[in-house]
Amino acid sequence: MSKFQFPQSIASRPVYGTLAPRPGKAHLMMADAEGAEALLDLAAQAGARDSGLMAKAHILYLPRQTGEAFVDRLRALNPAQFYVGPSFDAALPRLRRVLSDAHMGLQVYLAGTEGLIGRAAAELAAAGIPVGSVQTEHRGSVARRMQCVHCKGITEDVITDPFVCAHCGLNLFVRDHYSRRLAAFQGVCIDAEDPGNVPEPVELYR
Amino acid sequence: MTIQFNDETFRDDYSFRNSPWAIKRFPFPFHEDSYMYSVNMEQHRGGPAGSVFEKRFDVDEHYISEMRDRAIVLAEDPLRCQSLPHMTLAGWDLLELIMVSKSEDYPDLFQLYRDGNRWRWVNKPLGIDDSFTFMDETTLPHGPMEYITRQTQGDFAVLDQRDDNLWMDAGMITTQADWSLDFDIGMNFFEWHAPVPLAHEMGIFKRALKFLMNVQQGAPARRLNWTMTVNPLLDTSPENYHKWGIQKTELTAENIGAKQHLRVELQTFYRLPRSNALVFPIRCYLIAFQDLVTMPKWGRRLHRVIRDLPEELATYKGFIANRPLMLEYLSRFDDGLPTSPGVWADLETEPPLQK
Amino acid sequence: MSAAPQKAKAGAEKIDVVVSAVVPINELVTRFEFQRPDGAPFPPFSAGAHTVVEMKDKGRTRLNPYSLMSDPADAGTYAISVRRDDQGRGGSLYLHRHVKPGDRLTITYPVNLFPVDLRGRKHVFLAGGIGITPFLAMIAQLETLGARWELHYSVRNEALGTYADQLTARHPGKVHVYYDDRKQAIPLGDLLDGQPLGTHVYVCGPKGMIDWVHRTAADHGWPDAHVHSEEFLAPQPGKPFEVRLCKSDMTILVGENESLLEAMERCGVEAPFLCRGGACGQCETDVVEHDGTFIHRDHWLEEDQQASGTKIMPCVSRFVGKALVLDR
Repeated sequence: MSKFQFPQSIASRPVYGTLAPRPGKAHLMMADAEGAEALLDLAAQAGARDSGLMAKAHILYLPRQTGEAFVDRLRALNPAQFYVGPSFDAALPRLRRVLSDAHMGLQVYLAGTEGLIGRAAAELAAAGIPVGSVQTEHRGSVARRMQCVHCKGITEDVITDPFVCAHCGLNLFVRDHYSRRLAAFQGVCIDAEDPGNVPEPVELYR
Repeated sequence: MTIQFNDETFRDDYSFRNSPWAIKRFPFPFHEDSYMYSVNMEQHRGGPAGSVFEKRFDVDEHYISEMRDRAIVLAEDPLRCQSLPHMTLAGWDLLELIMVSKSEDYPDLFQLYRDGNRWRWVNKPLGIDDSFTFMDETTLPHGPMEYITRQTQGDFAVLDQRDDNLWMDAGMITTQADWSLDFDIGMNFFEWHAPVPLAHEMGIFKRALKFLMNVQQGAPARRLNWTMTVNPLLDTSPENYHKWGIQKTELTAENIGAKQHLRVELQTFYRLPRSNALVFPIRCYLIAFQDLVTMPKWGRRLHRVIRDLPEELATYKGFIANRPLMLEYLSRFDDGLPTSPGVWADLETEPPLQK
Repeated sequence: MSAAPQKAKAGAEKIDVVVSAVVPINELVTRFEFQRPDGAPFPPFSAGAHTVVEMKDKGRTRLNPYSLMSDPADAGTYAISVRRDDQGRGGSLYLHRHVKPGDRLTITYPVNLFPVDLRGRKHVFLAGGIGITPFLAMIAQLETLGARWELHYSVRNEALGTYADQLTARHPGKVHVYYDDRKQAIPLGDLLDGQPLGTHVYVCGPKGMIDWVHRTAADHGWPDAHVHSEEFLAPQPGKPFEVRLCKSDMTILVGENESLLEAMERCGVEAPFLCRGGACGQCETDVVEHDGTFIHRDHWLEEDQQASGTKIMPCVSRFVGKALVLDR
């Protein structure tokens, strides 16, 4: 099962919902890894009511470690456009091109890891789509995208607390404070007041 | 009075000092012998002569040195000053507000000459005499917000008001109590306050937001906030926490009176006219414990406040580990006598220390 | 700093003005221009702001909000345009009939409850009738800033097209006027579908038009945050009713032609307000007890708050029944 119930947290921490079909002339769907399952569920929901949804949809999918597991099933939904890419950075020029001539009323659906949802949402916001109007659903890994508040470097797919900044090497603890603009949680030096005293890393949510 | 500007540092050798004048006018934040969050807003329309509340933007003996410290911070990390593109108009609003206020409130220090959009700004303490075109960014060395806040004490958060919320969309933040503009820029009121404990549950932020969204042109407001800092360090940023955090462990019974500082923020709120944004100047005042306790009432009261403060707040404000040491020191200045209500030191009427 | 924070004052700060011009625009609409008696500049303002005009009408104080329509860059003059409402409570009639150049009036500092979203890539203005006034200021401000905008303006007929000719002449290609008597209507659906990402829509006009725009935009997949509206409600007359004000320890009677807020002010009760039109939330008052029915007319309270019987907005809402006790 790819669903995970995040514990309740502070006001800046994003919360995710369940994708539901909305009326609209164009639909943009972006997912990574197990996020595909959320798109499949969405299509099944829409199938009952709006069989035209997929005919107006553009899917951008990043399988990551799931390989081919979901690709054929997504293709079988017959979206108007279907893209499979190796990484978010690889998909970014295409996403920006799509947004460059999109119109108000575009419906956006994001599903998968927090990193994918956050980065895509930040692109959408920069293109003029307000955060509140984008539907999101978390699936798959609970790893986090972390910014080191000290060196500003981003460490992707952090799964333990504390962790080592991939850029400056400081030992950082994982905060729930989240920046939508950076699409990242905040990592802060854990041993500033007692250098060298770094607790054993523990897997997140354990 | 003419201000004698200090030549002092807020880093390395920490030569910062408060004169007797600065101690006497220090904005002591506790109006009773205990502290809990509240939306403690009042109108910002002057105050007793000589107090930090008297002028719209208080200028004191630390002005030149604080501006020097800000320039050092910005040279090391330009991300401490940022403005999202739609906030430029608010930046001009802020520049106008500060130039008009300072030139009216301190005519011997600051002068503003306006001929339509052609403006000349004279800042005598910093030796600046610039002519520029109002609303034309190309005629200033920095954006309007950065230009004027490099010349004004205190941090500045500039908030856009929309969708029934306030958004931290621009700021000059170099003397902050451990929060990062670069991380928080673009957040709404609830998001940037998310790490603060207890207050959300108490509904403090909902009430505060409602109040702030109704701050209107011509009717500014203010409140005080406080925390603790070891050494007179202005730049207690998260960015540099791995460098300054260690200083919190260097307190001893011998040095605490000189090293431990109460840090008070005078927060003011102005509606900006052209942009409808809200500017939130956060002016930081520091005072060493040994200076603060020269006012007997403040010594008595600070001891009681720190002693009775809920653990969550002492943790959030970052001094839970040093609290025992603080109490040991402060208890020497608390003789158990009652204190008069209100924040003022009341030197003439409060009895001297009875031990 | 005082231990007890001071109470907020009722209303915004005030400015004394001299009426510098009274310009009839058409059969129903007149423009009033104000300057300061000492010739000093007005405070700058943001487009979309309104001012509350205070009128002394035979011993009765009238306070009516009007959008500032002048160019925000012009600090010398503030201007409002007022549509005569023959069925209204008399504020607009007073202005039309009695206010002459040279008269002294008091107005409030500008208050903006209808701001332009400066992040907008493009701004689409939808005006109905006298709802054009805030857009005149917005257009002036956006022209100064070099922002993209267009106006779709629905009027009854050519004679009542307030400022339509002037706008069309000044901004050809950006201003589109639709005449009711020629059976023309704003093609809202197509208009909404064609806008680039980051467009904001603003509507000002009759309630029916505002509702239509919000509904249609939602149907076309527009996010709520990009659809902005402002509607000032004038308080409606109604049956007189009695109110007990427990903090002030008095019982007052609200007359047929005055609002609850006005009745409180008449009796010397300090009550906060800003817009006097049910939009800003400043006058929100707690109900202590009631036996009867509220006539809620504000845009501020949520539906469940209105239904709960625990809150009332005295600027526009009324009450019918046996007893009402307020925490004021």
